[in-house]
Amino acid sequence: MPKITYIENSGEKKIIEVENGLTVMEGAVQNNVPGIDADCGGGMACATCHVYIQDDWYDKLPKAEDAEQDMIDMAYKPKKNSRLSCQIIINDGMDGLVVTTPERQT
Amino acid sequence: MKKTDVIIIGAGPVGLFAVHQLGLKGLKAEVIDNLDKAGGQCIELYPDKPIYDIPAVPECNGKSLTDNLLKQIEPFKTNIHLNERVQELKEENGNWKIKTSNNNYFLAPNIIIAGGVGSFEPRKLPLKELEKFEGKNVFYSIRDKENLKNKKIAIFGGGDSALDWTLELSKHSKVTLIHRRNEFRGANHTLKEIEKLKQTNKITIKTPYQIASINEGDQLKSISIQNDDGKKERVEVDIVLGFFGLIMQLGPILEWGLNINKKTIEVNTENFQTNKPGIFAIGDICTYPGKLKLILSGFHEAALASVECFRRARPNEKFRFEFTTSSKQIHNRLGVENK
Repeated sequence: MPKITYIENSGEKKIIEVENGLTVMEGAVQNNVPGIDADCGGGMACATCHVYIQDDWYDKLPKAEDAEQDMIDMAYKPKKNSRLSCQIIINDGMDGLVVTTPERQT
Repeated sequence: MKKTDVIIIGAGPVGLFAVHQLGLKGLKAEVIDNLDKAGGQCIELYPDKPIYDIPAVPECNGKSLTDNLLKQIEPFKTNIHLNERVQELKEENGNWKIKTSNNNYFLAPNIIIAGGVGSFEPRKLPLKELEKFEGKNVFYSIRDKENLKNKKIAIFGGGDSALDWTLELSKHSKVTLIHRRNEFRGANHTLKEIEKLKQTNKITIKTPYQIASINEGDQLKSISIQNDDGKKERVEVDIVLGFFGLIMQLGPILEWGLNINKKTIEVNTENFQTNKPGIFAIGDICTYPGKLKLILSGFHEAALASVECFRRARPNEKFRFEFTTSSKQIHNRLGVENK
């Protein structure tokens, strides 16, 4: 299973094995990784699963669709490497992916 | 002060169905919701998205589901208090008393919290220093545009609200529109109008910029904005507006002494009562082992909670379980002919 590294704003690091087909958001929520709220449950409607993708990974991921970018506009302190973790579906190619959670979600 | 049998917090599908279940048992309810219309998340987040898992309804959407529920509870003539948020909770001689954001009071032996993931509030700019200027120089919604004439206004956001207000306010004020990326999202003709204003220097557009800091002191005079490369610019302002959509927050309910678990309220599965007798939580806002955040689960929770509400509101009456197909009493309450 691909290993995903979640880094909290405090610097705390957690490496979690997440099944293919789950999202980066689900990997966090199911394994009690703090910092991802996911209020709407993955519906791309709330921007509370916002994460920063480690720069070398950002371009390797499938591009965010327009609706996701629109939602990221609403997120707390978005950056160039911002994504919604509910929209990143994990596959074998993402083994080693590193994401950082923002200071807060709202 | 309004006295009733049950105060329902939240006019989403589950809150509305609770009105129905209580109404069948002859109980009166008052519904309070912070939004400007009934329907909750269904209306606010996905009015047009299809829903496929309502029993016996192969397909509907947030709007039609809400409309049908409102129709279903019509016979009970229930007040739905919109644009109103519950604020304080107090116990008074075995009843619960609620004060709302409009300073209205409600008194009832039962409260059903059907608040979804909380009340919808505007998302704010990520700068703590702006808080003390809220309502004075900093706004996240506009009630009276007359106060925004002949000012220097900074508008943050890239969606419809930010664009529409830029068009409107630039008629009488100097507007700077600031957005974190170069693309704006709005109706085609709005985008064209914006472009026109930009070409004729009627407005200033700053992208990709975000707010970095504000001037020190007791008066808001200028803000500093920063782009992704760290380049900073100062913008003189009288007014700062932010349009980042709505966020759901549990708000004052967090302070009511209920057992909270990850933004949800713990309940038992017999009657969905919380740790406080007479306060129930149903729908997305409640949690228990095996909880699923489905509308249909919320309907079931409403039915069971309504039974305990009856016992508490009518302590001297015996609860009789009845079917809508055969009960004359229920037919009377629904205002239908006995068949």
